[in-house]
Amino acid sequence: MSELTLTVMRLGFLAVLWLFVIVAVQVIRSDLFGTRVTQRGSRRQDARPQQNTRQQATAPPQQRGQQPAAGGRQRRGAPTKLVVSEGTLTGTTVALQGQTITLGRAHDSTIVLDDDYASSRHARIYPDRDGQWIVEDLGSTNGTYLDRTRLTTATPIPLGAPIRIGKTVIELRK
Amino acid sequence: MSVVTNTTTIGAIEAPSRRNTELALLAFAVAIPVFAYLNVGLAMDGKVPAGMLGYGLGLGLLAAVAHLVVRKWAPYADPLLLPLATLLNGMGLVLIWRLDQSPRLIATSMRLYKSFSPDAPSQMMYSAVGIAMFVGVLLLLKDHRVLQRYTYISMVVSLVLLLLPLVPGLGADVFGAKIWIRIGGFSIQPGEFAKLVLAVFFSGYLMVKRDALALASRRFMGLYLPRGRDLGPILTIWAVSLLILVFENDLGTSLLFFGIFVIMLYVATERTSWIVMGLLMAVAGAAVVGSTASHVKSRVAAWLDPFGCLETATDQNMLNACDQMTQVLMSFGSGGILGTGLGQGNSDLIQFAANSDFIFATVGEELGLAGVMVFLLLYGLIVERGVRTALAARDPFGKLLAMGLSGAFALQIFVVAGGVMGLIPLTGMTMPFLAYGGSSVIANWALIGILIRISDTARRPAPAPAPSPDAEMTQVVRP
Repeated sequence: MSELTLTVMRLGFLAVLWLFVIVAVQVIRSDLFGTRVTQRGSRRQDARPQQNTRQQATAPPQQRGQQPAAGGRQRRGAPTKLVVSEGTLTGTTVALQGQTITLGRAHDSTIVLDDDYASSRHARIYPDRDGQWIVEDLGSTNGTYLDRTRLTTATPIPLGAPIRIGKTVIELRK
Repeated sequence: MSVVTNTTTIGAIEAPSRRNTELALLAFAVAIPVFAYLNVGLAMDGKVPAGMLGYGLGLGLLAAVAHLVVRKWAPYADPLLLPLATLLNGMGLVLIWRLDQSPRLIATSMRLYKSFSPDAPSQMMYSAVGIAMFVGVLLLLKDHRVLQRYTYISMVVSLVLLLLPLVPGLGADVFGAKIWIRIGGFSIQPGEFAKLVLAVFFSGYLMVKRDALALASRRFMGLYLPRGRDLGPILTIWAVSLLILVFENDLGTSLLFFGIFVIMLYVATERTSWIVMGLLMAVAGAAVVGSTASHVKSRVAAWLDPFGCLETATDQNMLNACDQMTQVLMSFGSGGILGTGLGQGNSDLIQFAANSDFIFATVGEELGLAGVMVFLLLYGLIVERGVRTALAARDPFGKLLAMGLSGAFALQIFVVAGGVMGLIPLTGMTMPFLAYGGSSVIANWALIGILIRISDTARRPAPAPAPSPDAEMTQVVRP
């Protein structure tokens, strides 16, 4: 084998190895940019709801108009995230992507409530066929409140209406 | 969960199963070793090697079986773990085959054992058994939480596995380290399997005891010191790992064993004091044993001054250790940045254990720094996927288990690569997937299988809300 061929193969092989690593890193890129990581608990003061609302209000209107379109199939005006606005989990957000969100003290809940007034499986929030988000109490001891009324049945959630479970308040936002 | 003060929430991952990505990466991961095989053949004999088709097809077949099983039984699993492990295994096969071709190693083997048998075919067989183990894990372990039931059984099993090599008649003393057992014609390294079983025990144990270990503590000089009775388990584990070190002359397993426990304690309790205490205890134990046991002492001498100890070595054993270390360092050095090219290095001068403990030196010489970095990155990516799985897992047991397994994997790579490169004293452990050795390949495929099972559970989208049976029967009259 000629020296040149071997040199080309040697460098080519290294290039191929690096290419594999780069492709592999591309595959996991979504971990870095595709998910939302939120600090919670430690910065309770700055995560107060009024600041969040102020930020939303000051956002340029074009940007807000584009947001639902980026979601693709989502309707205009449909909520895109669930925000905890009061309680120990203040500041936590969960992206609404058509999945069911369970709330309660059980470890496998989407939002694990650390609250003496919450039941282990307290409530769930899910979209119905039209994409309208519904909250349903799962037979909790102390009840789930939408605004001031205790829920007795699965109820559609208006945008921004507070859902109260014990000391925790969550709401859906655009 | 009131200890949680500063945690982060990871948003829901969109749930494409990404199996096609995995398939494409797998095809790539099989093609690279075939290329390497061709490269070795052309460099050494100047012609396309005869067995290329066989090895390529064999590796491809194994990868295809593994992929189909994942597609069927763990559809939401992480797409990277399988291709990364396949690539490492394939490259290991090529490197072992390359060392089989070395005239020097054949001559040494003829001189010592009057016979020579190539290792690559048996490594291929071990890989097949490893994939079978992987498939077995995915088929039998439908839910990793089942393992939680066997917390204390796995403690006993892991202790038995670790102590088996000491049983007279069963254990075999191979070149100073008593880590093998011989059953029939096979020799097995039970320590490799003990690693997995231990991770199961630690996660089950710490899941129950984490609050006691994290909260009931006194503050002393800025460190949280746990209560005496909570110290019991860590002291026991420390003592057992020292016993292994003393009686089996195996620094690596002992370090791994203790390291997993400290990592998992830290992850479970978020207390830095455990790491400080763990490091202090490990250093103290290693210092005592390192200055007394002769086997360990020669390794330490070879680490501190490999070239100097060639002259000052007191016995043959120490001389061998120093000689190996100098050969390994020369091999890394002559590789330089870009390496000498596959099949064109002289890493076979290491002779003894060139294709197992020291296989990384062949990578260093023939692929250079650029190649070593790729291999470390591949291992790093496997560990990263494991840690990511732990983050995404929804149950505390799965979190701890994924963390423990990836921690063990990372620690093993650190211990081996660090030992070969002269960062820490050399220990008799194998580079996962790369090095020749049946137990290691099989146990690491099982490890990847468990990680894939946990990641499948973690990434699986939440089930649709169950239709409530009351919904139709109860009529609510709204005012």
